Amino acid sequence: MEDGGVIQIGGIEAAGLVKHFGDIAAVDDVSFSVGGAEFFGLLGPNGAGKTTTIRLMTGILRPDAGNITIDGIDLLAEPFDAKMRIGAVPEVGNIYADLSAMENLDLVGRYYGLSKEERRLRSKTLLETLSLWDRRDDLIRKYSKGMRQRVSVACALIHEPPVLFLDEPTEGLDVQSRRIIIDLVKQMNRKGSSVILTTHNIEEASRLCERVCIINHGKIITISSPEQLRMAYEKNLAVEVSFNGKIDRCLLEECAPGKIEEWGDKFRLHTDDPDKTIQKIMEVRREHNLRIVSIQTVGPSLEDVFVKLTGGIK
Amino acid sequence: MRSKIALRSIIVTTRKDIKIYYKKAPVWIFGLLLPVFLFLAFFIGRELDTKQYFPGFLAMSLFFTASSVGPLIIPWEKQAGTFERLLSYPVSLSTMVIGDILAGAIFGAVVSAIVAAVGVAFLAIGVTDAIMLFLFFAAGNLCFAALGTLLSASSGRVPSNTMMLSALVRFPLIFISGVFVPLGQIHGAGAYLAYASPLTYLVDGFNSSLGVDSFVSAFIGILVLVLYSLLFFGLTIVLLRRNLMKGL
Repeated sequence: MEDGGVIQIGGIEAAGLVKHFGDIAAVDDVSFSVGGAEFFGLLGPNGAGKTTTIRLMTGILRPDAGNITIDGIDLLAEPFDAKMRIGAVPEVGNIYADLSAMENLDLVGRYYGLSKEERRLRSKTLLETLSLWDRRDDLIRKYSKGMRQRVSVACALIHEPPVLFLDEPTEGLDVQSRRIIIDLVKQMNRKGSSVILTTHNIEEASRLCERVCIINHGKIITISSPEQLRMAYEKNLAVEVSFNGKIDRCLLEECAPGKIEEWGDKFRLHTDDPDKTIQKIMEVRREHNLRIVSIQTVGPSLEDVFVKLTGGIK
Repeated sequence: MRSKIALRSIIVTTRKDIKIYYKKAPVWIFGLLLPVFLFLAFFIGRELDTKQYFPGFLAMSLFFTASSVGPLIIPWEKQAGTFERLLSYPVSLSTMVIGDILAGAIFGAVVSAIVAAVGVAFLAIGVTDAIMLFLFFAAGNLCFAALGTLLSASSGRVPSNTMMLSALVRFPLIFISGVFVPLGQIHGAGAYLAYASPLTYLVDGFNSSLGVDSFVSAFIGILVLVLYSLLFFGLTIVLLRRNLMKGL
């Protein structure tokens, strides 16, 4: 199938997935589909069932009930064929510390049946893209966390899979490593691979994903595009303001009916009437002879929606 | 297609294990040095017939080497965080376990072949049935590599716990299986225990192949080792399925 020049080669279907650990339903009747070349986010608080869902869809765990189709192949009936189409960076997806980056990639390439030449060429391309070619023969134990994770992602991409699962791939990484990894994954996505990303970084999900699925207590709460989710909560507006000096938040308490949050040198005032709130802020400014450095009205972020849907901050 | 991928996953797993794990110190200490020291402790200062006890020593070294790395691979993989990733590759639990067993069997075969060669060359040990010796080598290595893998199946991610379990199972076996006391001299309850131990059939098979008195027919000996191999493999899969999440 082609769509705007992108060859859609992937596609995932999960239908009625259930997984229990003892009496606890880690995944409870989860169904969704991801189209070819779609960037799909799986969000939820810790213990929501994201990692179990990914483990079920990558064939690491077997569901108690439900079906999974990867690129048109039934994962449960034909696990070898289906897994050949998957690239995965699991949550605990380390690489072998006693091997070099080249040896790790070579090993993974062998599992996917790549020829010696393919393994060599693809390893070279990936390590160059990930800025690791100069360190290709160093043992992984000598790498930093960010460098290890880059190799880990390269291992998931060496067979150019049509479906890519990334479970918290940029968690705890430096900015440079995060950007390099995201750029590479986006590149794979542009070439036509479907990507399922779980992350705690909601801004990252908002920036990358065409649709996000919010999951909590093993159940899907909603599936929608980040923008549509934000629009649904549009009434939750806020005004962000920063002054030239530090002020007491009590001064702003009369300005907005909602809660006031301090974000660094900014205050965020939640309101359903931004115009009125801005007028009151101006009055405070005049009365106390303050200078406004910046002021803007903001809609709900995906994070606000996420917190609302998953039961708020406890 | 499916069988081709399965076969490939076995071969790559075997290759991976050999490349990564056989250089590790615990494998050499528990697999090679320990049986040598045990044998020397038993042998030095006593007027024992070398030819009589060499098959038992050979069986013991094969037993220790073939079963030395199996108990450690899965805990090491879980501890390093590579186990989960491995399962996402085109492998199944069965092909992964077969790969681990083959790696153990190859290690056992190489080390015990060296021990056998040293015996033949320097101790003038005569081989009376080379084909049977080879068959017992193959069946014994597979059986005890499978035992090693079984020992890792119920464990989490702490290799030292597995080593404790491994020592608890492996050490008693060498004392009831005709290694230090010839099978003909074991009577009563000891004889029942001896015949329940797979190591007994290897010792007895090596006895018959190297010209020492044996008590069980070679066919039955090999059959028992093969059946034990299948039993250990089956139990490994059942336990691994049950404990898959342990230590992940």
